[in-house]
Amino acid sequence: MTATATRRRARLPLSDLTRLSTVGLRTRKLRAGLSALGIAIGVAAIVAVLGLSASSQAALLNEINQLGTNLLTVSNGQSFTGGTAELPTTAPVMIGRISGVQQVQTTGAVNGAKAYRNPYIPSGNTNGLSVQAASLDLLPVVATTVAQGHYLNAATAQEPVTVLGAGAAQRLGIDRIYPGERVWVGGQWMYIAGILKPAVLVSAIDSSVVVGYPAAEKYLGFDGHPSTIYLRAQNDRVNAVDDLLAATANPENPNQVNVSQPSSALVAQAEAKSALNGLFLGLGAVALLVGAVGVANIMIISVLERRSEIGLRRALGATKGHIRTQFLSEALLLGLLGGAFGVTFGAASTAVYAHTKHWATVIPTEAWAGGIAASLIIGAVAGLMPALRAARLSPTQALWSV
Amino acid sequence: MTYTLPPTPGAHAVAAVDGFAIGGAGVPVLDVDGVTKSYPGEPPVQALRGANLTIGPGELVGVVGPSGSGKTTLLQLMGTLDRPTSGRVRLTGLDVATMADDAVAYLRATQIGFIFQQFFLAEHSTVLDNVADGLLYAGIPLKHRRQRALDALELVGVAQRPHVRPTQLSSGQRQRIAIARALVGQPAIVLADEPTGNLDQATGQSILALIDQLHQAGSTIVVITHDHAIAERMPRKVEILDGHIVADTGPAAGTHSRIRPLAQPLTHAPQTASGGPVSEEPS
Repeated sequence: MTATATRRRARLPLSDLTRLSTVGLRTRKLRAGLSALGIAIGVAAIVAVLGLSASSQAALLNEINQLGTNLLTVSNGQSFTGGTAELPTTAPVMIGRISGVQQVQTTGAVNGAKAYRNPYIPSGNTNGLSVQAASLDLLPVVATTVAQGHYLNAATAQEPVTVLGAGAAQRLGIDRIYPGERVWVGGQWMYIAGILKPAVLVSAIDSSVVVGYPAAEKYLGFDGHPSTIYLRAQNDRVNAVDDLLAATANPENPNQVNVSQPSSALVAQAEAKSALNGLFLGLGAVALLVGAVGVANIMIISVLERRSEIGLRRALGATKGHIRTQFLSEALLLGLLGGAFGVTFGAASTAVYAHTKHWATVIPTEAWAGGIAASLIIGAVAGLMPALRAARLSPTQALWSV
Repeated sequence: MTYTLPPTPGAHAVAAVDGFAIGGAGVPVLDVDGVTKSYPGEPPVQALRGANLTIGPGELVGVVGPSGSGKTTLLQLMGTLDRPTSGRVRLTGLDVATMADDAVAYLRATQIGFIFQQFFLAEHSTVLDNVADGLLYAGIPLKHRRQRALDALELVGVAQRPHVRPTQLSSGQRQRIAIARALVGQPAIVLADEPTGNLDQATGQSILALIDQLHQAGSTIVVITHDHAIAERMPRKVEILDGHIVADTGPAAGTHSRIRPLAQPLTHAPQTASGGPVSEEPS
């Protein structure tokens, strides 16, 4: 006899396989939809959690970038004896001469001076505020502006006039400025010229009551030594400048100087994962697991219900492999369907939330690709056992015991 | 048509009537040789106890027996859906026992057509695709499957509405669709298990008329039935009882090779053989 007839075996082309794998989904739409929903919820939760944290992080990093990553601060450290070291008064000028430094501004802590709303406040209620003498072009360097009123100028820097940091104004109970308004600073009245906006990069400014250098020296007994120097360097020279700062600021005792880059601390903070993320990812994984059980359940029921279809297909010439492939690809399709819906839901909710927060929407690749991959794996694992059962079913039992 | 038909072994001179091939002379289409079948149990059930049956090309055979006689087991073995405990089943000369499962499946896909009492049509698929699925596992592209399905529907007389669902049709029309599905692959043999069992008498007669018409066109058909009245009218009657073949009228020739008409015609006698639409009550 012809050998071809005994050896030949039909291969189902992909188009036929696709058609076959949708039979169960098309005939029982509601049930397929519900079982895919479990996977969809799990994938949506995971995509949304990853998307939201990525979007908020991107927004924060963007904000930090806009504030500038080229801000460096030099502050006084500790002396050998444990006391506060002082920066030389020449330090700002010396630093200004480093190549690549664009702007240098300073503040000096006025030790011993406290700020109160009025003289009748008990001296212990300092509100944690510090009194700082500040140079006149400080604001652009620390990336903030005035919320109300004006900053110090060459004239007001000579007089008992102060500008309040955003936090300082709040703690003193001052939300707006009217002419003649004053606070009790270092044992005397000082007139309020303005209130600052929050300084994200340099939060020390927020809790400061700021006066001019000459006024601090004249009225508060300030010694004129800067305690913190703020400088902006050219973006490509930040590291080079950073290396030179300590030795330049205090050539005698470079180890008594602290140099830091405020933006780097914020970036590290932004990139730290929130513990809540882990919780929500865990919940998403549980939903995925429940979805997998649902798909397995639906596939087993489907195999039981479709005994006669399986028997008929065997009678029409389907091999065990054909039946196995059909049911396995149906489970895969179910998983893929859930995964695709989940990614869509997750991405949409991320986009909506990000839009309300005016963030750019960021969906990390590993979130959506991982979601699709996870749902495919779930479909395969959940569908394997039912598919094997379907293939094992003997055609005579399937057709004659219904 | 650009595809090639699967080879019909032993068909040296293939004639075609209405586009459907008849096997050549010489090799029998089906040869059941000393076949037994027992099912495990306490004690084991002996469903067949040594059946011999040879069916030549173009024959129409009625296999009759009461329930439990082994006729369904015989159909399952003839249809290669199960393997005998002992003995040989040769289909178009090929010994099924020597073939791997996948090769047997391919044999079913290309050489055997099944007709069932319960029709087994896919409700959510169109009539055309139900019939086209008869060729799904024979490795024929969808376009050609549908074209041949249309031809087969034409042959059984329900080609008017190929795109409706089977649920919209009467049970008689549904059985015609199932018959078209069995014929679409131009199989060497068609096995029908109680084809009129789910139909009222008039509709059953029209289905028998269709089977006769297909037989006249050259198809080899085995009809399994418990109804002696139907078996009596077949050109060849094989009687089975307790797993033995107790009577076989042998191959018929000449004028006796047709389904004999009913002794008393039905009041609503349907059209026969002409292939025209048959008036059937929707079920």
